[in-house]
Amino acid sequence: MATLALETGSLTLPEPLPLDSGRVLDQVTIAYETIGTLNPDKSNAILVFHALTGDQYVAKRHPITGKPGWWDRMIGPGKPIDTQRHHVICANVIGSCMGSTGPASTADDAKPYAMRFPVITIRDMVRAQVALLDALGITSLHAVVGGSMGGMQALSLAANFPDRARRVLAIATTARHSAQNIAFHEVGRQAIMADPNWKDGQYYGSRRTPDKGLAVARMAAHITYLSEAGLTDKFGRRLQDRPDGTKGAKSFGFDADFQVESYLRHQGLSFTDRFDANSYLYITRAMDYFDLAEEHGGRLADAFAGTKARFCLVSFDTDWLYPTSDARAVVHALNAAAAEVSFVELSAPFGHDSFLLDVPALDRVVRGFLG
Amino acid sequence: MDHLRPDLAVIARHIAPGTRALDVGCGEGELMEALQREKGVVARGMEIDSELVERAMSRGLSVVQGDADRDLANYPDEAFDYAILSQTLQTAERPDLMLEQLLRVGRRAFVSFPNFAYWRMRFSLLFHGRMPVVRHLPVSWYETQNIHHVTVEDFRLMLAEKGVTVERSWFFANGREIDGGNTNWRAEHAVYQLIR
Repeated sequence: MATLALETGSLTLPEPLPLDSGRVLDQVTIAYETIGTLNPDKSNAILVFHALTGDQYVAKRHPITGKPGWWDRMIGPGKPIDTQRHHVICANVIGSCMGSTGPASTADDAKPYAMRFPVITIRDMVRAQVALLDALGITSLHAVVGGSMGGMQALSLAANFPDRARRVLAIATTARHSAQNIAFHEVGRQAIMADPNWKDGQYYGSRRTPDKGLAVARMAAHITYLSEAGLTDKFGRRLQDRPDGTKGAKSFGFDADFQVESYLRHQGLSFTDRFDANSYLYITRAMDYFDLAEEHGGRLADAFAGTKARFCLVSFDTDWLYPTSDARAVVHALNAAAAEVSFVELSAPFGHDSFLLDVPALDRVVRGFLG
Repeated sequence: MDHLRPDLAVIARHIAPGTRALDVGCGEGELMEALQREKGVVARGMEIDSELVERAMSRGLSVVQGDADRDLANYPDEAFDYAILSQTLQTAERPDLMLEQLLRVGRRAFVSFPNFAYWRMRFSLLFHGRMPVVRHLPVSWYETQNIHHVTVEDFRLMLAEKGVTVERSWFFANGREIDGGNTNWRAEHAVYQLIR
């Protein structure tokens, strides 16, 4: 097997980054990974955008969890996003905590920003990555690709930097966060802020971090990534084996009796090992502010007016977080803008997380679209 | 284009090179692929069946999963040189409205449909007293997708009522093109090239 030409990079942007809030972020660092070789005319690059809690370790073992890259099944030699032909770039979004500038980064006064970090938007994340492309000398991407919040960035790039990508692949995503989406995020943020260790975000350097709050936020969010049928299949009402060896009996207490409780607690807890609570606040805020039509005078079709890019939208029938109707709204807007667009609702049992999991039809669609 | 179904082949032959075409009910995209490859046509598709859409997209075609009864309304006027509706008119909720949409989004339309006045169908109903199940329409009445049974004569009358001009028409029986005489009796399938 060909060895993956994996490269790790980190770059400080030469210019300050203007933000939608009106503030300016200086000394912005972008941490990124690349896989595959950039061809001499720099035309074979694919920028992959990560989701809320994702990072640049798209096809490389994660330095903290030791797990394979989050889209390892999709990206590699001979895989649907083929690194023998394409140069894949994935950058950590600003506001995150895996090397790009975020609330845990050091501000001018040599202390962490914490809540002094400016509120950012999806478009700000995209601006930062476009600045990265500028620094790398890549003017036109073969494609931008993303699922969930990654799909929002893909759509945002298409709308705001229409000449930068020739193909736009947006999976399990939406052009605006709904009241329900915002509501779920608010539950997560309140859980973090209610943790006494949060301390208005100034917990850096302390041994007491708001892990309980962050874990609860992750637990609530995790439910929205799965389907009801998926949860039922995986856990049903099955009970945990108890520490004393008793099999499948209720404790008549508040231990994790049900397997689904134990699973969620584990998901919540392990998340705190790799994610910063303040980053969670900032990134969910950016997603909640996302409304591509609002940015473009209220009509979504106007966001894509005159676009020359080819678009592909994919939704999943069990995704109730960003349901098919959200994808259709984007498709209808692209049709109205006379853009070239493909769209399919794939059948998969995994809910919103389907875009990350084993869905062979998605592989075929991605391969067909990227050409 | 010889590998295409006869009605698709005749449509493909009469589409000008380098134009833009929307294939409504495109299936796996056989016609789209032939048009792109052999005529440099910018082809787009719409198909309701998710598996067929996925197969078309896997071939690199631009196909939108959608319901032609509703989703044609999202395209701007004259977005295409041609709008193609093959073997789908009889499944539409309102074939008359769908025809109007076709002639709105396309400068021209190609429409093909099975002729329910074909003589074998008439004989089946007349002698057996049962809804015809014949070679070119092999599905029983209770599971057919064909909800608006149309004949060549019915279609002509609708075009006249709507003031739609027939530029060309073709008729088929036994998988072969037939001449234009008494087609309401003799044709299994009809293909029309229409303009507003």
